[in-house]
Amino acid sequence: MRVKIAGVAVAAALALAVSGCGSSDDKADDGAKGSEPGLVIWADDKRAPVLESFRSQFESELGVTIKIEAVSKDLQANFVTASQGDNAPDVVIGAHDWIGNLVQNGAIDPVQLTDAQKTGFNADALKAVTYNGQVYGAPYAVENLALIRNTELAPEAPSSIEDMVADAEKLKKDGKTEELLSLQVGDNGDAYHAYPLYASAGGYLFGQKDNGDYDPSDLGVGKPGSIAAFEKISELGKKGVLKTSIGSENSIPLFTEGKTAYLVSGPWALTDIKKAGTKYDITPIPGFEGMGKATPFLGVQSFFVASKGKHKTVAQEFVANYVTGEPLATALYNADPRPPALTASFDKVKTTDPDLAKFAEAGAGAPALPAIPEMSAIWDPFGKAESAIVGGADVKDTVEGAATTIGDAIKK
Amino acid sequence: MDAVQTASRQRSPGYAGTSLTGLVVRITLLGVVAALAVWAVLPLIGARSWIGVGVVAAATALLFWIYLTPNKRLPLKYLVPGTLLLIAFQIVPVLFTLSTSVTNFGDGHRGSKDEAIVSIQTASITQVPGSPEYDLAIATGGDDTLVFILSDPATGRYWAGDADGLKDLVPADVQKGLSGKITEARGYTILTAAEAAERSQEITDLAVPVDGGGIRANGLSKAFKGTSSRAYDQACDCVRDSVTGEVWTADPETGYFTDAAGQSLPQGWQVAVGLDNYTRVVTDEKIRGPFLSVLWWNFAFAILSVLVTFGLGLLCAIALHKERLRAKFLYRTLIVLPYAMPAFAMLLIWRDMFNQDFGLINTMFGLDVGWFSNPWTARFAVILVQLWLGFPYMFLVATGALQAIPSETLEAAKIDGATGWQAFRRITLPLLLVSLTPLLISSFAFNFNNFNAIQLTTGGGPFAAGNSSVGATDLLITYTYRLAFGGQGAQYGFAAAVSVFIFLIVATVSVIGFRRTRAQEEIYR
Repeated sequence: MRVKIAGVAVAAALALAVSGCGSSDDKADDGAKGSEPGLVIWADDKRAPVLESFRSQFESELGVTIKIEAVSKDLQANFVTASQGDNAPDVVIGAHDWIGNLVQNGAIDPVQLTDAQKTGFNADALKAVTYNGQVYGAPYAVENLALIRNTELAPEAPSSIEDMVADAEKLKKDGKTEELLSLQVGDNGDAYHAYPLYASAGGYLFGQKDNGDYDPSDLGVGKPGSIAAFEKISELGKKGVLKTSIGSENSIPLFTEGKTAYLVSGPWALTDIKKAGTKYDITPIPGFEGMGKATPFLGVQSFFVASKGKHKTVAQEFVANYVTGEPLATALYNADPRPPALTASFDKVKTTDPDLAKFAEAGAGAPALPAIPEMSAIWDPFGKAESAIVGGADVKDTVEGAATTIGDAIKK
Repeated sequence: MDAVQTASRQRSPGYAGTSLTGLVVRITLLGVVAALAVWAVLPLIGARSWIGVGVVAAATALLFWIYLTPNKRLPLKYLVPGTLLLIAFQIVPVLFTLSTSVTNFGDGHRGSKDEAIVSIQTASITQVPGSPEYDLAIATGGDDTLVFILSDPATGRYWAGDADGLKDLVPADVQKGLSGKITEARGYTILTAAEAAERSQEITDLAVPVDGGGIRANGLSKAFKGTSSRAYDQACDCVRDSVTGEVWTADPETGYFTDAAGQSLPQGWQVAVGLDNYTRVVTDEKIRGPFLSVLWWNFAFAILSVLVTFGLGLLCAIALHKERLRAKFLYRTLIVLPYAMPAFAMLLIWRDMFNQDFGLINTMFGLDVGWFSNPWTARFAVILVQLWLGFPYMFLVATGALQAIPSETLEAAKIDGATGWQAFRRITLPLLLVSLTPLLISSFAFNFNNFNAIQLTTGGGPFAAGNSSVGATDLLITYTYRLAFGGQGAQYGFAAAVSVFIFLIVATVSVIGFRRTRAQEEIYR
């Protein structure tokens, strides 16, 4: 009998599998009949608890029930997949550089902001969420890289990279530190962290159209400027300023353990630094001597309205008319300290948090991380080229090789 | 077991041969099957997917027929669930992969053409410059039709708007709450947010026609006058921009709307591309070129992974097989420990241990080896990690198999004068291999596609300068993952085509392997 029971159990499991397939095929609008109306918000596992703490407030002010779901991994991919099926959320919180991909997959709708609302935002943040002339998200936090230095080891902010390297070399010689700089590279490179140096030395990724949008047909990688820029990066590699052995997993610990006086990182590093009790200051990333500013990329965390959500009007109400208000922006900052994108909120919190203004200063004039889908073709080859060059590879061949790979991927 | 025997002996109709508990369990489980079937069928009916409904109904009916009728069909009771599971978990995914591989399914080509058109039109809705921003209340008219109650705070005028157009309202008929929200309008019922949420789709679809555009809701409390500048024209199968006059014609080959200059709108749709993905794998120089070098390393990686883990596992198993060994349990526990730890985390830890400047290995041995920057040290490193992760499993299965070898055989060999090595070489190993070869083959097949082992340690690297598409430790699976997902977004159609190639390779190797095992078994029988 036991065997027979096992057989039926297997059959039950099978029916489950079949029904699983069945429901994923289901494309019709079942209208969520019987289920209560409301709003479904997806956020990553860091932000979901923050929003959860505002849920009852949202609910009473919006007058609908709200469900906040944490998606801990691959939020963007999961959202796109869910949009194809029948289980898309109504609102998603993510980085602005997802916009290009989300738009080409028809996953998000433009957000109609009034002129008054638009002027309330940090202009760079608003520009970042603007794609093909439309605003696609309500920005709430801005983040960018800066130079964080240990003020006990290095009291003076460096005026240039050369200046910083000289000071760092002295510290190392005196045995006070072990590493010159902690800027994550890793075995496969890191385009985001390399960009400020690349930009300072004259490189660019995509040209810009007249309206300020990035132009995928004007690829900067492989152009003479990019080769010159990587020559400078190569020099830093030879001096041991940049190392492939410093990656995302150890760059912040190196700084908090006092093994280096300089760290290039973003606001997310502050939690660990404060915990370690390191005395620090935040300044703009210095550029190469006599060359351009080392501008980091600006990343903008935003609220998006899903195209395939079941309660789109509520989602619009939430994103366009509610998230854009100062109280929520400030409250979100208090729960998760990232520089608010709303000017009124930023001004309010910067008096109590001087780091914010310093990060904002480091990000002044920073271009938004390109949101065009073509950007995804850059990350991997660019990073690997950086890693190879830091490791001592021939600059011209490496950059041209990366440019070919990127160019081919964009053509596809 | 005895229950089955009893049941087959007593071929009487009904359940005379089954115990009461058996009956209860059977009925409960069948009830679960029925409930699941109903749960699966409801959305299928909603989707009007009658084939799906048919399949679920047929499968359920079959299961009921088999388990509720007398025991004549005993073999079927085992065969059918197995077959259905095989279909669900093996054949359907393979067919799905095959069907995906002949499409351009991927980022930008996920939905249907209609969805792309809706998305293009929605994305082109812009606010008419200089138009007022209205305060909005969602209401219903007499016959439950949706009405927008609008007010222009600048002029203090009020309107009611529906699909037919705007109608002026007398300000005295409208009342506002403290927050400035419209709370009442004579002749209309204002909806609460929750009520409005239920009619979300209707609200989104309503654009009150006015001169130069339509008034659309922006959420529940604001409205704006907007125009959709891009519209689909059936006659020319194209999208036209009414402001700039640009035209994008549908291209059924690529699944994009493309203009005369070859520029496409970002929103595309899924189209069948025939064997294009396969031809790309075979003809694209960038894919075909490194394919062989990746393939040989892939074989080397899979074979070495199996050999070294089996070698060490077997060695440990033999060492601990001694009868008189003390604290055997302790040793066994220690050996099995790596197997008990999550491979995912261990791989990341090993990656950090191989770090040139900060890694444990270089620090401990006073080395300065760039493990992951030289092809051969990187390959050595990943095999070493494989060894550590994999030998406990081999130890376990080898221990089991050793215990199954009758000690008489070995004693007989000893009496006949065989040395320990001879006995192992001629008796133990062959007997072990008979039972373990299928496991070794499946271990080979698993390692052949061991994505994590590479992706989480070297990431496929080191890469030759200027070539970021193929690295020295890339397996076919990590290499194609980069091709399909590392470039411009996800290309599922292409990835599926490559998977089919990999499937063919692994299947061929496995078939050959199993054939040889069978031959071997016959020799030793």
